[in-house]
Amino acid sequence: MAETIYMIAGLIALAGIVIAFVRLIIGPTAADRTVALDAMTIITISLITLLGYMLQRKIYLDVAMVYALISFIGVVAVARYLERGL
Amino acid sequence: MLLAGAIVSLIGAIFLFLGALGVLRMPDLYNRMQAGTKATTLGSILFMVGLGIGYYNQICVCKIIILLLFIIFTNPISSHALARAGHFAGIRLTKGSLVDALEEDEKEGKL
Repeated sequence: MAETIYMIAGLIALAGIVIAFVRLIIGPTAADRTVALDAMTIITISLITLLGYMLQRKIYLDVAMVYALISFIGVVAVARYLERGL
Repeated sequence: MLLAGAIVSLIGAIFLFLGALGVLRMPDLYNRMQAGTKATTLGSILFMVGLGIGYYNQICVCKIIILLLFIIFTNPISSHALARAGHFAGIRLTKGSLVDALEEDEKEGKL
């Protein structure tokens, strides 16, 4: 029962990734695309922790943490580039 | 107990979906950023709290708490940096918006 509800929650979040990917393709400016990529990354972090729960592997939480760190650095780098150049 | 965690995770997943929908549907960069940051932050908090209720291991719960704190601290920082960069890159507000405080400060020379 609980496993099924977790699986449904994962599928709903996965639909969110697909919807944000449409904005990533059609976004008019680079900042729009970066916002869509940021939303996709946060949803992906949640899904990685769900995967670690489903497979009973603790190491996936470390993977999610490194992914969050790299996403944060990437967004800040894009923001600095848009503001004044590298 | 496990069922309660699953339901909290389901509510968080709905928030994540609505945040992504706001990223697609909103008319403006700043509106999109607000939907894509606030709603997904709350959604990921609820999702991971639900998973933490489901875990039986203490180390995993500690790792989830560290991950949640990291997301709570870094998500507004990246959103703020991106909004400021978008404003200085010349992206305008949408037509129905009323006030732009950063532009008023720029005109008065406060920056």
